[in-house]
Amino acid sequence: MEIEVRINGTEQWLKECTIEELIAARELAAASLVVEYNGRIVKQAEWNKVRLGQGDVLELLNFVGGG
Amino acid sequence: MQDEQLTIGGHVFASRLFTGTGKFAAKDWIPRMLEASESGMITVALRRIDSHGKNENILDFIPKDVVLLPNTSGARTAEEAVRIARIAREAGCGNFIKIEVITDMKYLMPDNYETLRATKVLAGEGFAVLPYVLPDLTLAKKLEEAGAAAIMPLGAPIGTNRGLETKSLIALLIENCRVPVVVDAGIGRPSHAAEAMEMGADAVLVNTAIATAEDPALMGRAFSLAVKAGRLAYMARMAEESALAQASSPLTGFLD
Repeated sequence: MEIEVRINGTEQWLKECTIEELIAARELAAASLVVEYNGRIVKQAEWNKVRLGQGDVLELLNFVGGG
Repeated sequence: MQDEQLTIGGHVFASRLFTGTGKFAAKDWIPRMLEASESGMITVALRRIDSHGKNENILDFIPKDVVLLPNTSGARTAEEAVRIARIAREAGCGNFIKIEVITDMKYLMPDNYETLRATKVLAGEGFAVLPYVLPDLTLAKKLEEAGAAAIMPLGAPIGTNRGLETKSLIALLIENCRVPVVVDAGIGRPSHAAEAMEMGADAVLVNTAIATAEDPALMGRAFSLAVKAGRLAYMARMAEESALAQASSPLTGFLD
């Protein structure tokens, strides 16, 4: 089933999946990724336990250079 | 004469030079710069991933014994700063947070009011809060009351390398604040850093001037020495300025 999820500010249609599956499918560097799911941080160990649903909001963040 | 230890947020810092990770031409300069400068705390920022580029992990370039100081850059309000701080701590970046709330994109002046609001919330949640502010003594006292771990007044706008344009206002903070005063932003040369330390600043934070030097490691070393020299001069209590000449040698003629 397709769901609409807001990822980093953009609405996107996806097949239903877990956070872990999404990150793997997009080949994102997991080690440095910080995931905020509906306003709370989901630690890497929990990524396979969170199944994305219709209307969820996901922020995929990482640390960058800054002063 | 023994220097007193610099303690911020319960952590003792051997070096009074803090640095930043922005603007390096190549990230592998960062560990080399940290080693050469002996800086014990370094800033990082948090952003959305770049889905097209490779996401290099900045944290891989920072040795584990260096304290991370995540900043809240990108925040336009206190609420956004609080959110960034919580994310950074949850993500394992430790307890330190530099509050940076900026809405003025021309001069990048910090919003002192929003910064105070964020400080109140985050200090209450146990963060070691280092607010980046325009030097204003009344505000600084309120930040202290709110639980700030240090005050970070700007010397000049971010990245301008113009030095201590706010010198007389920073002097008021140094004179009156109980918490450490860390001069941040605008320090463009080692001599600027030395000047801040001579005044009695507890530390300085330097990013652009080191990161954009042709050799950031060598410049890091230069800043390290300048900070130490300035601190020693402060401890030694400097001689006073005078309008008229004061002879160092006897004023009598050679064979008088």
